[in-house]
Amino acid sequence: MKEIRMHGRGGQGVVKSAQIVVKAVVNSGGFAHFIPFFGVERKGSPVFGFLRIDERGIRQKCQVYEPEILLIYDDTLLDMPQTYAGMLDGCTVIINTSRRLDELAVPGRAGAVALVDASGISRAVIGRNIPNTAMLGAFAKVCGLVDWPALKNEIEASFDARNSASAREAWDSVQIVKQKGA
Amino acid sequence: MFSKAQVKAVSGNTAAALGAALSRPDLIAAYPITPQSSCVEYLADLVNNGLIEANMVQVESEHSAMSVVQGAAAAGGRTFTATSAQGLALMYEPYFRMSTLRLPTVMGLATRDMMSPGTVWSGQQDAMSVRDAGWMQVHVENNQEILDMVIQGYRLAEDHDVLLPINVCYDGFFLSHLTERVEIPAIAEVDAFLPAYKPVAVLDPKKPVALDPMTPGPLFIKYRKSHLEAMRVALDKLEAIDAEFAGKFGRQWGGAIECYRCADAEYALLTIGSITGTARVAVDKARERGLKVGLVKVRYMRPFPVDKIAAALAGKKAWAAIDRSVCYGWNTGPLYMEAKAAACGAAPGFSAIGGLGGADVSLEDVAKVIDALAAFAGQSGRPPVLWLEKSC
Repeated sequence: MKEIRMHGRGGQGVVKSAQIVVKAVVNSGGFAHFIPFFGVERKGSPVFGFLRIDERGIRQKCQVYEPEILLIYDDTLLDMPQTYAGMLDGCTVIINTSRRLDELAVPGRAGAVALVDASGISRAVIGRNIPNTAMLGAFAKVCGLVDWPALKNEIEASFDARNSASAREAWDSVQIVKQKGA
Repeated sequence: MFSKAQVKAVSGNTAAALGAALSRPDLIAAYPITPQSSCVEYLADLVNNGLIEANMVQVESEHSAMSVVQGAAAAGGRTFTATSAQGLALMYEPYFRMSTLRLPTVMGLATRDMMSPGTVWSGQQDAMSVRDAGWMQVHVENNQEILDMVIQGYRLAEDHDVLLPINVCYDGFFLSHLTERVEIPAIAEVDAFLPAYKPVAVLDPKKPVALDPMTPGPLFIKYRKSHLEAMRVALDKLEAIDAEFAGKFGRQWGGAIECYRCADAEYALLTIGSITGTARVAVDKARERGLKVGLVKVRYMRPFPVDKIAAALAGKKAWAAIDRSVCYGWNTGPLYMEAKAAACGAAPGFSAIGGLGGADVSLEDVAKVIDALAAFAGQSGRPPVLWLEKSC
Protein backbone atom coordinates (compact mmCIF):
# COMPACT_ATOMS: atom_id res chain seq x y z
CA MET A 1 0.00 0.00 0.00
CA LYS A 2 1.20 3.49 -0.86
CA GLU A 3 0.48 6.16 1.74
CA ILE A 4 0.42 9.68 0.40
CA ARG A 5 -0.10 12.94 2.24
CA MET A 6 -1.22 16.13 0.56
CA HIS A 7 -0.73 19.66 1.84
CA GLY A 8 -2.43 22.65 0.34
CA ARG A 9 -4.63 25.61 1.10
CA GLY A 10 -8.41 25.97 0.96
CA GLY A 11 -9.37 26.91 -2.60
CA GLN A 12 -6.48 25.13 -4.36
CA GLY A 13 -8.59 22.08 -5.17
CA VAL A 14 -6.63 19.58 -3.08
CA VAL A 15 -9.73 17.53 -2.18
CA LYS A 16 -11.14 17.48 -5.69
CA SER A 17 -7.83 16.38 -7.20
CA ALA A 18 -7.42 13.58 -4.65
CA GLN A 19 -10.92 12.36 -5.47
CA ILE A 20 -9.94 12.31 -9.14
CA VAL A 21 -6.98 10.04 -8.32
CA VAL A 22 -9.23 7.68 -6.34
CA LYS A 23 -11.75 7.57 -9.19
CA ALA A 24 -9.04 6.89 -11.79
CA VAL A 25 -7.58 4.06 -9.69
CA VAL A 26 -10.99 2.52 -8.93
CA ASN A 27 -12.08 2.82 -12.57
CA SER A 28 -8.88 0.96 -13.51
CA GLY A 29 -9.86 -1.91 -11.20
CA GLY A 30 -7.65 -0.97 -8.24
CA PHE A 31 -8.29 0.27 -4.72
CA ALA A 32 -7.71 3.72 -3.33
CA HIS A 33 -9.22 6.01 -0.76
CA PHE A 34 -8.97 9.61 0.32
CA ILE A 35 -9.76 11.23 3.66
CA PRO A 36 -9.66 15.03 3.75
CA PHE A 37 -8.92 17.00 6.88
CA PHE A 38 -10.52 20.40 6.89
CA GLY A 39 -9.57 23.03 9.36
CA VAL A 40 -11.65 26.17 9.51
CA GLU A 41 -13.87 26.49 6.46
CA ARG A 42 -12.26 29.36 4.59
CA LYS A 43 -10.12 30.02 1.57
CA GLY A 44 -6.40 29.98 2.20
CA SER A 45 -6.38 27.97 5.42
CA PRO A 46 -4.13 24.87 5.42
CA VAL A 47 -5.83 21.71 4.16
CA PHE A 48 -4.46 18.21 4.66
CA GLY A 49 -5.43 15.10 2.76
CA PHE A 50 -4.66 11.44 3.17
CA LEU A 51 -4.55 9.25 0.08
CA ARG A 52 -3.90 5.52 0.00
CA ILE A 53 -3.50 3.33 -3.09
CA ASP A 54 -3.41 -0.47 -2.91
CA GLU A 55 -4.15 -3.62 -4.89
CA ARG A 56 -6.75 -4.72 -2.34
CA GLY A 57 -9.37 -3.20 -0.07
CA ILE A 58 -8.07 -0.57 2.36
CA ARG A 59 -9.31 -1.08 5.91
CA GLN A 60 -7.86 1.69 8.04
CA LYS A 61 -9.81 4.93 8.24
CA CYS A 62 -7.22 7.16 9.86
CA GLN A 63 -4.74 9.84 8.86
CA VAL A 64 -1.36 9.17 7.23
CA TYR A 65 1.49 9.73 9.68
CA GLU A 66 4.41 8.21 7.77
CA PRO A 67 3.96 9.16 4.11
CA GLU A 68 5.95 7.57 1.30
CA ILE A 69 4.89 10.40 -0.98
CA LEU A 70 4.24 14.06 -0.15
CA LEU A 71 2.31 16.29 -2.54
CA ILE A 72 2.74 19.92 -1.56
CA TYR A 73 0.41 22.25 -3.44
CA ASP A 74 1.75 25.48 -1.94
CA ASP A 75 5.38 26.30 -1.15
CA THR A 76 4.38 28.72 1.60
CA LEU A 77 3.49 25.64 3.70
CA LEU A 78 7.06 24.31 3.75
CA ASP A 79 7.94 25.83 7.11
CA MET A 80 4.86 24.40 8.85
CA PRO A 81 6.07 21.60 11.15
CA GLN A 82 3.28 19.32 9.89
CA THR A 83 4.46 19.42 6.26
CA TYR A 84 7.48 17.12 6.49
CA ALA A 85 6.44 15.44 9.77
CA GLY A 86 6.86 11.67 9.83
CA MET A 87 8.02 11.33 6.22
CA LEU A 88 9.69 8.00 5.62
CA ASP A 89 13.32 7.82 4.57
CA GLY A 90 13.31 7.96 0.79
CA CYS A 91 9.91 9.73 0.68
CA THR A 92 9.11 11.15 -2.75
CA VAL A 93 8.37 14.88 -2.48
CA ILE A 94 6.55 16.82 -5.21
CA ILE A 95 6.28 20.56 -4.69
CA ASN A 96 4.38 23.24 -6.60
CA THR A 97 6.98 25.98 -6.75
CA SER A 98 8.92 28.28 -9.04
CA ARG A 99 11.84 28.33 -6.61
CA ARG A 100 15.04 26.26 -6.70
CA LEU A 101 15.66 23.16 -4.57
CA ASP A 102 18.24 24.91 -2.37
CA GLU A 103 15.59 27.50 -1.41
CA LEU A 104 13.10 24.88 -0.18
CA ALA A 105 14.79 23.29 2.89
CA VAL A 106 13.69 19.77 1.92
CA PRO A 107 14.91 17.38 4.65
CA GLY A 108 17.89 15.22 3.68
CA ARG A 109 15.96 12.00 4.26
CA ALA A 110 13.74 12.75 1.26
CA GLY A 111 14.17 10.47 -1.74
CA ALA A 112 13.27 11.82 -5.14
CA VAL A 113 12.31 15.50 -5.13
CA ALA A 114 10.31 16.86 -8.04
CA LEU A 115 9.46 20.49 -8.66
CA VAL A 116 6.72 21.79 -10.90
CA ASP A 117 5.36 25.31 -11.37
CA ALA A 118 1.78 24.11 -11.15
CA SER A 119 0.48 27.58 -10.29
CA GLY A 120 2.24 29.13 -13.28
CA ILE A 121 0.97 26.38 -15.58
CA SER A 122 -2.61 26.77 -14.37
CA ARG A 123 -2.47 30.56 -14.78
CA ALA A 124 -1.24 30.14 -18.36
CA VAL A 125 -3.49 27.25 -19.39
CA ILE A 126 -6.66 27.71 -17.31
CA GLY A 127 -6.40 31.43 -16.65
CA ARG A 128 -6.26 31.32 -12.87
CA ASN A 129 -4.14 29.94 -10.05
CA ILE A 130 -5.74 26.55 -9.53
CA PRO A 131 -2.75 24.19 -9.34
CA ASN A 132 -4.56 20.95 -8.53
CA THR A 133 -4.81 19.32 -11.96
CA ALA A 134 -1.23 20.33 -12.86
CA MET A 135 -0.10 18.65 -9.62
CA LEU A 136 -1.90 15.50 -10.79
CA GLY A 137 0.10 15.49 -14.02
CA ALA A 138 3.35 15.78 -12.05
CA PHE A 139 2.22 13.08 -9.60
CA ALA A 140 1.30 10.68 -12.42
CA LYS A 141 4.64 11.19 -14.18
CA VAL A 142 6.90 10.99 -11.12
CA CYS A 143 5.18 8.20 -9.17
CA GLY A 144 3.71 6.00 -11.92
CA LEU A 145 0.91 4.81 -9.62
CA VAL A 146 -2.01 5.93 -11.75
CA ASP A 147 -2.81 5.02 -15.32
CA TRP A 148 -2.30 8.28 -17.25
CA PRO A 149 -5.19 7.88 -19.78
CA ALA A 150 -7.56 6.95 -16.93
CA LEU A 151 -6.44 10.00 -14.96
CA LYS A 152 -6.74 12.28 -17.98
CA ASN A 153 -10.27 10.98 -18.63
CA GLU A 154 -11.24 11.55 -15.04
CA ILE A 155 -9.85 15.10 -15.08
CA GLU A 156 -11.89 15.87 -18.20
CA ALA A 157 -15.01 14.27 -16.72
CA SER A 158 -14.64 16.25 -13.48
CA PHE A 159 -13.47 19.53 -15.03
CA ASP A 160 -12.69 20.17 -18.69
CA ALA A 161 -10.08 19.90 -21.45
CA ARG A 162 -8.17 22.95 -20.13
CA ASN A 163 -7.54 21.09 -16.90
CA SER A 164 -6.29 17.98 -18.65
CA ALA A 165 -4.07 20.27 -20.77
CA SER A 166 -2.75 21.76 -17.53
CA ALA A 167 -2.01 18.25 -16.22
CA ARG A 168 -0.30 17.37 -19.53
CA GLU A 169 1.84 20.51 -19.36
CA ALA A 170 2.95 19.56 -15.83
CA TRP A 171 3.61 15.96 -16.95
CA ASP A 172 5.98 17.40 -19.59
CA SER A 173 7.64 20.05 -17.45
CA VAL A 174 8.03 18.52 -13.98
CA GLN A 175 11.71 18.36 -13.03
CA ILE A 176 13.15 15.65 -10.84
CA VAL A 177 15.82 17.81 -9.18
CA LYS A 178 17.04 15.13 -6.80
CA GLN A 179 17.06 11.40 -7.55
CA LYS A 180 16.18 8.82 -4.93
CA GLY A 181 19.37 7.80 -3.09
CA ALA A 182 21.25 10.88 -4.30
CA MET B 1 -28.65 5.58 -14.11
CA PHE B 2 -29.53 2.68 -11.80
CA SER B 3 -30.42 0.07 -14.42
CA LYS B 4 -27.00 -1.62 -14.19
CA ALA B 5 -24.80 -2.53 -11.25
CA GLN B 6 -21.77 -0.25 -11.09
CA VAL B 7 -18.50 0.12 -9.20
CA LYS B 8 -17.67 3.73 -8.40
CA ALA B 9 -15.49 5.76 -6.08
CA VAL B 10 -17.93 7.77 -3.96
CA SER B 11 -18.05 9.61 -0.64
CA GLY B 12 -19.92 8.28 2.37
CA ASN B 13 -22.57 10.95 1.92
CA THR B 14 -23.05 9.90 -1.70
CA ALA B 15 -23.19 6.24 -0.64
CA ALA B 16 -25.99 7.09 1.80
CA ALA B 17 -27.82 9.04 -0.90
CA LEU B 18 -27.43 6.19 -3.40
CA GLY B 19 -28.75 3.70 -0.84
CA ALA B 20 -31.77 5.95 -0.35
CA ALA B 21 -32.29 6.48 -4.10
CA LEU B 22 -32.16 2.73 -4.78
CA SER B 23 -34.82 2.21 -2.09
CA ARG B 24 -37.34 4.30 -4.07
CA PRO B 25 -38.38 6.77 -1.36
CA ASP B 26 -41.68 8.59 -1.80
CA LEU B 27 -40.44 11.65 0.05
CA ILE B 28 -37.10 13.17 1.02
CA ALA B 29 -36.82 16.09 3.42
CA ALA B 30 -33.63 18.12 3.18
CA TYR B 31 -31.99 20.64 5.43
CA PRO B 32 -28.23 21.03 5.17
CA ILE B 33 -25.79 20.67 8.04
CA THR B 34 -22.09 19.81 8.09
CA PRO B 35 -20.96 17.08 7.59
CA GLN B 36 -24.16 15.60 6.16
CA SER B 37 -25.05 18.31 3.60
CA SER B 38 -23.74 16.66 0.44
CA CYS B 39 -25.98 13.63 1.12
CA VAL B 40 -29.27 15.51 0.72
CA GLU B 41 -27.72 17.75 -1.95
CA TYR B 42 -26.92 14.66 -4.03
CA LEU B 43 -30.52 13.47 -3.64
CA ALA B 44 -31.80 16.91 -4.63
CA ASP B 45 -29.72 16.63 -7.82
CA LEU B 46 -31.15 13.19 -8.59
CA VAL B 47 -34.71 14.46 -8.15
CA ASN B 48 -34.03 17.63 -10.13
CA ASN B 49 -32.54 15.61 -13.00
CA GLY B 50 -35.49 13.25 -13.04
CA LEU B 51 -33.40 10.23 -12.04
CA ILE B 52 -35.61 9.37 -9.07
CA GLU B 53 -39.26 10.14 -8.54
CA ALA B 54 -39.27 11.14 -4.88
CA ASN B 55 -41.05 14.23 -3.63
CA MET B 56 -38.21 16.49 -2.48
CA VAL B 57 -39.12 18.93 0.28
CA GLN B 58 -36.66 21.65 1.18
CA VAL B 59 -37.55 22.60 4.71
CA GLU B 60 -36.47 25.51 6.90
CA SER B 61 -35.10 23.53 9.83
CA GLU B 62 -34.38 20.02 11.05
CA HIS B 63 -37.49 20.18 13.23
CA SER B 64 -39.43 20.60 10.02
CA ALA B 65 -37.42 17.90 8.25
CA MET B 66 -38.49 15.30 10.79
CA SER B 67 -42.05 16.68 10.92
CA VAL B 68 -42.43 16.40 7.13
CA VAL B 69 -40.97 12.89 7.19
CA GLN B 70 -43.37 12.03 9.99
CA GLY B 71 -46.42 13.26 8.14
CA ALA B 72 -45.41 11.40 4.98
CA ALA B 73 -44.70 8.19 6.89
CA ALA B 74 -48.06 8.45 8.67
CA ALA B 75 -49.66 8.80 5.23
CA GLY B 76 -48.00 5.54 4.19
CA GLY B 77 -44.91 6.80 2.40
CA ARG B 78 -41.33 5.59 2.44
CA THR B 79 -39.19 8.51 3.58
CA PHE B 80 -35.57 9.58 3.96
CA THR B 81 -33.66 12.42 5.54
CA ALA B 82 -30.23 12.94 7.03
CA THR B 83 -28.70 15.13 9.71
CA SER B 84 -25.85 15.64 12.17
CA ALA B 85 -25.23 16.93 15.71
CA GLN B 86 -27.05 20.25 16.40
CA GLY B 87 -29.48 19.40 13.60
CA LEU B 88 -30.43 16.21 15.42
CA ALA B 89 -30.80 18.21 18.62
CA LEU B 90 -33.21 20.62 16.91
CA MET B 91 -35.34 17.73 15.59
CA TYR B 92 -35.51 15.97 18.94
CA GLU B 93 -39.22 16.58 19.60
CA PRO B 94 -40.58 15.04 16.36
CA TYR B 95 -37.64 12.60 16.43
CA PHE B 96 -38.84 10.97 19.64
CA ARG B 97 -42.41 10.98 18.42
CA MET B 98 -41.40 9.23 15.18
CA SER B 99 -40.38 6.12 17.07
CA THR B 100 -43.20 6.22 19.60
CA LEU B 101 -45.72 6.57 16.76
CA ARG B 102 -44.01 3.43 15.41
CA LEU B 103 -43.37 5.05 12.03
CA PRO B 104 -40.60 3.40 10.03
CA THR B 105 -38.03 5.50 8.20
CA VAL B 106 -34.30 5.51 7.54
CA MET B 107 -32.31 8.57 8.54
CA GLY B 108 -28.64 9.00 7.72
CA LEU B 109 -26.71 10.35 10.69
CA ALA B 110 -23.27 11.62 9.72
CA THR B 111 -22.08 11.61 13.30
CA ARG B 112 -20.51 14.78 14.63
CA ASP B 113 -19.54 15.99 18.04
CA MET B 114 -21.94 18.23 19.97
CA MET B 115 -21.19 21.86 20.78
CA SER B 116 -19.78 23.45 22.88
CA PRO B 117 -17.00 24.33 22.35
CA GLY B 118 -17.54 25.05 18.68
CA THR B 119 -17.01 22.07 16.38
CA VAL B 120 -18.32 20.74 13.11
CA TRP B 121 -16.09 17.67 13.22
CA SER B 122 -16.44 13.98 13.86
CA GLY B 123 -17.61 12.33 17.07
CA GLN B 124 -20.50 10.05 18.01
CA GLN B 125 -21.93 12.17 20.83
CA ASP B 126 -24.98 13.06 18.72
CA ALA B 127 -25.93 9.40 18.12
CA MET B 128 -25.16 8.35 21.68
CA SER B 129 -27.25 11.17 23.12
CA VAL B 130 -30.41 9.73 21.49
CA ARG B 131 -29.88 6.05 22.15
CA ASP B 132 -32.92 6.00 24.40
CA ALA B 133 -35.25 7.79 22.00
CA GLY B 134 -36.75 4.57 20.69
CA TRP B 135 -34.97 4.46 17.31
CA MET B 136 -32.81 1.62 16.11
CA GLN B 137 -29.19 2.58 15.52
CA VAL B 138 -26.67 0.83 13.31
CA HIS B 139 -23.08 2.07 13.15
CA VAL B 140 -20.99 1.28 10.08
CA GLU B 141 -17.35 0.91 9.15
CA ASN B 142 -17.04 1.96 5.51
CA ASN B 143 -18.93 3.48 2.60
CA GLN B 144 -20.16 0.16 1.18
CA GLU B 145 -21.73 -0.61 4.54
CA ILE B 146 -23.49 2.78 4.52
CA LEU B 147 -25.17 2.04 1.19
CA ASP B 148 -26.02 -1.52 2.15
CA MET B 149 -27.43 -0.58 5.54
CA VAL B 150 -29.72 2.11 4.16
CA ILE B 151 -31.29 -0.61 2.01
CA GLN B 152 -31.32 -3.20 4.81
CA GLY B 153 -32.60 -0.48 7.15
CA TYR B 154 -35.87 -0.11 5.22
CA ARG B 155 -36.44 -3.87 5.33
CA LEU B 156 -35.95 -3.92 9.08
CA ALA B 157 -37.81 -0.70 9.87
CA GLU B 158 -40.85 -1.61 7.76
CA ASP B 159 -41.16 -5.20 9.00
CA HIS B 160 -44.64 -5.43 10.52
CA ASP B 161 -43.25 -7.04 13.66
CA VAL B 162 -40.80 -4.14 14.08
CA LEU B 163 -42.20 -0.84 12.70
CA LEU B 164 -39.47 1.38 14.08
CA PRO B 165 -37.32 4.10 12.53
CA ILE B 166 -33.58 3.50 12.17
CA ASN B 167 -30.51 5.70 12.06
CA VAL B 168 -27.68 4.58 9.82
CA CYS B 169 -24.79 6.21 11.71
CA TYR B 170 -21.56 6.92 9.85
CA ASP B 171 -18.61 8.87 11.19
CA GLY B 172 -18.60 12.47 10.01
CA PHE B 173 -15.64 13.26 7.72
CA PHE B 174 -13.88 9.91 8.32
CA LEU B 175 -16.70 8.31 6.31
CA SER B 176 -18.98 11.14 5.15
CA HIS B 177 -16.06 12.73 3.29
CA LEU B 178 -14.04 9.58 2.63
CA THR B 179 -13.92 8.68 -1.06
CA GLU B 180 -13.59 4.96 -1.73
CA ARG B 181 -14.72 2.10 -3.95
CA VAL B 182 -18.39 1.18 -3.59
CA GLU B 183 -20.39 -1.48 -5.42
CA ILE B 184 -23.73 0.02 -6.41
CA PRO B 185 -26.35 -2.63 -7.16
CA ALA B 186 -28.84 -2.33 -10.00
CA ILE B 187 -32.21 -1.05 -8.84
CA ALA B 188 -33.91 -4.28 -9.99
CA GLU B 189 -31.70 -6.22 -7.55
CA VAL B 190 -32.76 -3.86 -4.76
CA ASP B 191 -36.42 -4.16 -5.78
CA ALA B 192 -36.14 -7.95 -5.43
CA PHE B 193 -34.84 -7.54 -1.88
CA LEU B 194 -36.89 -4.57 -0.75
CA PRO B 195 -40.55 -4.69 -1.75
CA ALA B 196 -42.74 -1.61 -1.67
CA TYR B 197 -43.68 -0.42 1.83
CA LYS B 198 -46.98 -1.81 3.08
CA PRO B 199 -48.12 0.48 5.89
CA VAL B 200 -50.27 -0.93 8.69
CA ALA B 201 -52.34 2.19 9.27
CA VAL B 202 -52.56 5.13 6.92
CA LEU B 203 -53.64 8.70 7.59
CA ASP B 204 -56.14 9.57 4.90
CA PRO B 205 -58.13 12.83 4.67
CA LYS B 206 -61.06 10.86 3.22
CA LYS B 207 -61.25 8.71 6.33
CA PRO B 208 -60.37 11.05 9.19
CA VAL B 209 -59.07 9.45 12.40
CA ALA B 210 -57.60 10.89 15.57
CA LEU B 211 -53.92 10.13 15.83
CA ASP B 212 -52.13 9.93 19.15
CA PRO B 213 -54.87 10.83 21.68
CA MET B 214 -54.06 11.52 25.34
CA THR B 215 -53.34 8.11 26.80
CA PRO B 216 -53.68 7.20 30.49
CA GLY B 217 -50.83 5.44 32.29
CA PRO B 218 -52.21 1.89 32.39
CA LEU B 219 -52.64 1.96 28.60
CA PHE B 220 -49.47 4.00 28.04
CA ILE B 221 -47.37 1.31 29.68
CA LYS B 222 -48.68 -1.19 27.12
CA TYR B 223 -47.42 1.07 24.33
CA ARG B 224 -43.96 1.18 25.91
CA LYS B 225 -43.89 -2.60 26.40
CA SER B 226 -44.96 -3.10 22.79
CA HIS B 227 -42.16 -0.76 21.66
CA LEU B 228 -39.62 -2.72 23.72
CA GLU B 229 -40.94 -5.96 22.27
CA ALA B 230 -40.39 -4.55 18.77
CA MET B 231 -36.77 -3.88 19.74
CA ARG B 232 -36.43 -7.48 20.92
CA VAL B 233 -37.93 -8.84 17.72
CA ALA B 234 -35.68 -6.54 15.67
CA LEU B 235 -32.62 -8.17 17.20
CA ASP B 236 -33.57 -11.46 15.54
CA LYS B 237 -34.93 -9.94 12.35
CA LEU B 238 -31.80 -7.93 11.63
CA GLU B 239 -29.76 -11.14 11.56
CA ALA B 240 -32.16 -12.81 9.12
CA ILE B 241 -32.27 -9.71 6.90
CA ASP B 242 -28.45 -9.51 6.85
CA ALA B 243 -28.25 -13.20 5.86
CA GLU B 244 -30.83 -12.72 3.11
CA PHE B 245 -28.96 -9.63 1.90
CA ALA B 246 -25.76 -11.69 1.74
CA GLY B 247 -27.54 -14.29 -0.40
CA LYS B 248 -28.65 -11.62 -2.87
CA PHE B 249 -25.73 -9.20 -2.91
CA GLY B 250 -22.79 -11.31 -1.71
CA ARG B 251 -21.98 -9.06 1.26
CA GLN B 252 -22.72 -10.04 4.85
CA TRP B 253 -22.04 -7.52 7.61
CA GLY B 254 -22.47 -9.75 10.62
CA GLY B 255 -25.83 -8.74 12.10
CA ALA B 256 -25.71 -7.10 15.52
CA ILE B 257 -21.99 -7.73 16.08
CA GLU B 258 -19.18 -9.04 13.92
CA CYS B 259 -16.31 -10.93 15.54
CA TYR B 260 -12.87 -10.74 13.90
CA ARG B 261 -10.15 -13.21 14.97
CA CYS B 262 -12.09 -13.91 18.18
CA ALA B 263 -12.17 -17.73 18.15
CA ASP B 264 -8.87 -18.24 20.00
CA ALA B 265 -8.58 -14.71 21.39
CA GLU B 266 -7.54 -14.13 25.01
CA TYR B 267 -8.32 -10.42 24.79
CA ALA B 268 -11.25 -8.64 23.16
CA LEU B 269 -11.36 -5.14 21.73
CA LEU B 270 -14.79 -3.57 21.12
CA THR B 271 -15.16 -0.86 18.50
CA ILE B 272 -18.02 1.02 16.89
CA GLY B 273 -17.94 2.90 13.58
CA SER B 274 -15.00 3.59 11.29
CA ILE B 275 -12.37 2.96 14.01
CA THR B 276 -13.18 -0.71 13.39
CA GLY B 277 -11.30 -0.72 10.07
CA THR B 278 -8.21 0.75 11.70
CA ALA B 279 -8.58 -1.72 14.58
CA ARG B 280 -8.59 -4.70 12.17
CA VAL B 281 -5.13 -3.66 11.00
CA ALA B 282 -3.98 -3.07 14.60
CA VAL B 283 -5.28 -6.52 15.64
CA ASP B 284 -3.41 -8.17 12.76
CA LYS B 285 -0.20 -6.40 13.81
CA ALA B 286 -0.70 -7.38 17.48
CA ARG B 287 -1.22 -10.99 16.39
CA GLU B 288 2.14 -10.82 14.59
CA ARG B 289 3.63 -9.77 17.94
CA GLY B 290 2.06 -12.88 19.50
CA LEU B 291 -0.79 -11.14 21.33
CA LYS B 292 -3.99 -13.18 21.04
CA VAL B 293 -6.45 -10.33 20.58
CA GLY B 294 -9.79 -10.40 18.78
CA LEU B 295 -12.05 -7.60 17.61
CA VAL B 296 -15.77 -7.26 18.32
CA LYS B 297 -17.34 -4.77 15.93
CA VAL B 298 -20.52 -3.54 17.60
CA ARG B 299 -22.89 -2.64 14.77
CA TYR B 300 -26.20 -2.10 16.53
CA MET B 301 -26.25 0.23 19.50
CA ARG B 302 -30.08 -0.13 19.50
CA PRO B 303 -31.33 -2.76 19.87
CA PHE B 304 -28.28 -3.50 22.01
CA PRO B 305 -27.07 -7.09 21.50
CA VAL B 306 -26.74 -7.89 25.20
CA ASP B 307 -26.46 -11.68 24.90
CA LYS B 308 -24.06 -11.61 21.95
CA ILE B 309 -21.75 -9.14 23.68
CA ALA B 310 -21.84 -11.23 26.88
CA ALA B 311 -20.94 -14.33 24.89
CA ALA B 312 -18.16 -12.53 22.99
CA LEU B 313 -16.55 -11.33 26.24
CA ALA B 314 -17.04 -14.54 28.24
CA GLY B 315 -13.78 -16.28 29.14
CA LYS B 316 -11.56 -13.44 27.95
CA LYS B 317 -8.65 -12.37 30.15
CA ALA B 318 -9.53 -8.72 29.57
CA TRP B 319 -11.52 -6.50 27.22
CA ALA B 320 -11.69 -2.84 26.31
CA ALA B 321 -14.12 -0.66 24.36
CA ILE B 322 -13.00 2.33 22.29
CA ASP B 323 -15.61 5.09 22.22
CA ARG B 324 -15.75 8.25 20.12
CA SER B 325 -18.03 9.92 22.68
CA VAL B 326 -18.43 10.22 26.44
CA CYS B 327 -20.99 9.10 28.97
CA TYR B 328 -21.38 12.03 31.35
CA GLY B 329 -21.59 11.03 34.98
CA TRP B 330 -20.37 7.51 34.45
CA ASN B 331 -17.27 9.23 33.04
CA THR B 332 -16.54 6.42 30.63
CA GLY B 333 -17.44 5.79 27.02
CA PRO B 334 -21.07 4.76 26.41
CA LEU B 335 -20.18 1.56 24.53
CA TYR B 336 -17.96 0.53 27.44
CA MET B 337 -20.73 1.27 29.93
CA GLU B 338 -23.28 -0.81 28.04
CA ALA B 339 -20.89 -3.68 27.29
CA LYS B 340 -19.90 -3.74 30.96
CA ALA B 341 -23.56 -4.10 31.94
CA ALA B 342 -24.03 -6.83 29.32
CA ALA B 343 -20.96 -8.76 30.46
CA CYS B 344 -22.01 -8.50 34.14
CA GLY B 345 -18.35 -8.10 35.07
CA ALA B 346 -17.51 -11.60 33.77
CA ALA B 347 -14.15 -10.37 32.53
CA PRO B 348 -12.20 -7.27 33.55
CA GLY B 349 -12.56 -4.43 31.11
CA PHE B 350 -11.71 -0.78 30.68
CA SER B 351 -12.88 2.20 28.68
CA ALA B 352 -10.77 3.97 26.06
CA ILE B 353 -11.96 7.26 24.57
CA GLY B 354 -10.58 9.07 21.55
CA GLY B 355 -11.49 10.77 18.31
CA LEU B 356 -13.59 13.53 19.87
CA GLY B 357 -14.20 16.74 17.92
CA GLY B 358 -12.61 15.39 14.74
CA ALA B 359 -9.43 14.05 16.38
CA ASP B 360 -7.93 11.08 14.59
CA VAL B 361 -7.73 7.62 16.11
CA SER B 362 -4.53 6.24 14.63
CA LEU B 363 -3.14 2.72 14.35
CA GLU B 364 -0.77 3.71 17.14
CA ASP B 365 -3.71 4.72 19.35
CA VAL B 366 -5.41 1.36 18.86
CA ALA B 367 -2.10 -0.46 19.48
CA LYS B 368 -1.85 1.46 22.77
CA VAL B 369 -5.25 0.10 23.82
CA ILE B 370 -4.25 -3.45 22.84
CA ASP B 371 -1.01 -3.21 24.84
CA ALA B 372 -2.96 -1.86 27.83
CA LEU B 373 -5.31 -4.86 27.53
CA ALA B 374 -2.46 -7.31 27.94
CA ALA B 375 -1.17 -5.35 30.96
CA PHE B 376 -4.66 -5.17 32.47
CA ALA B 377 -5.40 -8.93 32.49
CA GLY B 378 -5.85 -10.31 35.98
CA GLN B 379 -6.73 -6.95 37.52
CA SER B 380 -10.14 -5.98 38.79
CA GLY B 381 -12.05 -2.95 39.93
CA ARG B 382 -12.85 0.13 37.88
CA PRO B 383 -9.74 1.30 36.07
CA PRO B 384 -9.40 4.90 34.86
CA VAL B 385 -10.32 5.75 31.27
CA LEU B 386 -7.49 5.39 28.78
CA TRP B 387 -7.60 8.68 26.87
CA LEU B 388 -6.27 8.61 23.33
CA GLU B 389 -4.91 12.14 23.29
CA LYS B 390 -2.35 13.98 21.25
CA SER B 391 -0.46 17.09 22.21
CA CYS B 392 -1.88 20.37 20.90
